[in-house]
Amino acid sequence: MKAFTYQRADSTAHAAAAALKPGARIIAGGTNLLDLMKLQVETPLSLVDINRLPLDKIEETPDGGLRIGALVRNSDLAADQRVRQRYGVLSRALLAGASAQLRNKATTSGNLLQRTRCYYFYDITKPCNKRNPGSGCAALAGFNRIHAILGTSDHCIATHPSDMAVAMRVLDAKVETINREGETAIIPIAEFHLLPGTTPEIETSLKSGEIITAVSLPPPPPGVQVYRKVRDRASYAFALVSIAAIVDTAQGRIRSARLAFGGLAHKPWRVARAEQGLTNTPANTATFSAAANAVLEGARGYGGNDFKIPLTRRTLHSVLAENTRT
Amino acid sequence: MDEHDPNTEPGTTPNAFEVTRRTVIETGATALLLTTLPHAVLADDPIDGNAPPLSPVQVELQINGRLHSLTLDPRTTLLDALREHLALTGSKKGCDHGQCGACTVLIEGRRINSCLTLAVMHDGQSITTIEGLAMGEHLHPLQAAFVEHDGFQCGYCTSGQICSAVGMLAETRNGMPSYVTEDLADPIAKLTDAEIRERMSGNICRCAAYPNIVVAIKQAAGMPT
Repeated sequence: MKAFTYQRADSTAHAAAAALKPGARIIAGGTNLLDLMKLQVETPLSLVDINRLPLDKIEETPDGGLRIGALVRNSDLAADQRVRQRYGVLSRALLAGASAQLRNKATTSGNLLQRTRCYYFYDITKPCNKRNPGSGCAALAGFNRIHAILGTSDHCIATHPSDMAVAMRVLDAKVETINREGETAIIPIAEFHLLPGTTPEIETSLKSGEIITAVSLPPPPPGVQVYRKVRDRASYAFALVSIAAIVDTAQGRIRSARLAFGGLAHKPWRVARAEQGLTNTPANTATFSAAANAVLEGARGYGGNDFKIPLTRRTLHSVLAENTRT
Repeated sequence: MDEHDPNTEPGTTPNAFEVTRRTVIETGATALLLTTLPHAVLADDPIDGNAPPLSPVQVELQINGRLHSLTLDPRTTLLDALREHLALTGSKKGCDHGQCGACTVLIEGRRINSCLTLAVMHDGQSITTIEGLAMGEHLHPLQAAFVEHDGFQCGYCTSGQICSAVGMLAETRNGMPSYVTEDLADPIAKLTDAEIRERMSGNICRCAAYPNIVVAIKQAAGMPT
């Protein structure tokens, strides 16, 4: 690990100001940042510890939603009774991620900001446009079993590894931020994570020195909430494909459906056309197939990850069939 | 022992010196404490041109009920502070990346990977390690159950498994659900074999003692084994 200076933030304004300094990084749970620092993928000159800031509450919002503080631990969020009863997909997604030890440490904001687990991003001896812009992408023609099939570019085919973010996406969460001047902003989750394009090193729409203070959830939409995760082992592994779904069905017909996908792209993937196509349709194989076609439009395999295309199709069929039985 | 050593008295054997493994470890640990605090770890990485000047940090940790004041390089993980600075070598370094669970300790009663956090981030907090579970010679119920049911083979993951199980049983008593919990709305968490396996999945055992680990945990939890 490279040397750094350490300071503890005593306010969000202090943290935002300190984060503006060149080479500064905010540390919350640290479960991903320290992992990357040990490998010298991350080499911050200073760490700003925000763990003692009072951002660890979950509050009801006037519209019937929830506001989750940036420092609420993944385990506490998953266990919160309001989340379990009204936002089951979020609780399930959180419990599907990492291990209990990591969830006790990892935070809501840090989970959104975690980095890809692309092997080449993690290996500082290999080219990676995300870690070292302009150096190339070793994954394009390398081992790319875990990589993206949607929204990729010639510069990067990494996936976003979070389960939580996929549930946040299906719930239309909003990311609340503050900067050094105390100005607040609200970023819809759909606009928070970016596709790689020609700048895979820029992963979110956060500006320099902008700090996440909370993530808010609107009231839950009607329907059954599920999170299905397909992975190489039954626990403690990243998703090959995951689906966060909220499906409202009556008498064999789908009234509405929301679908967000993990493991497929540089951000949680959601296709409005697929959801519109399922609205007010009979729950049958033909409509599920049409939805899968819409989701996978433009999908492209890179050799090792070709299997993700049929796997996504089958997983979606399974999720829709199981949750539309009446 | 060199048989030509002039100090070796005729007829003595190495066993006569009563040097146990524990004595060696304790002596070694004391020597380590004397030589490493506070500056030796600062030399762990060559300083490069644009690196900030090293400024040691003061950290107070309440470990197993005892207060320890340390002067540390800010890079020191909690695991390294325990092992290299306080000679509490029960917590093990396996992968050093939060993937194996051998370093599991409890902070304010909650289990975490001590390799993936900095000691300085826990200034003023209370930490329980495997060394803090027994009451004198009286083993913690989980320690006794692991011994009784052979919940290990080589033993390297064991302290992490036991600390993790202590945290896991507390989470379960508090109603924490898991990935395999069927009814999320049920405020009571019920342990089953599948629940124990899922909740303990952050602790890897390369000897694959998992069946015995599950039985040991069931016994400690008061479940039929």
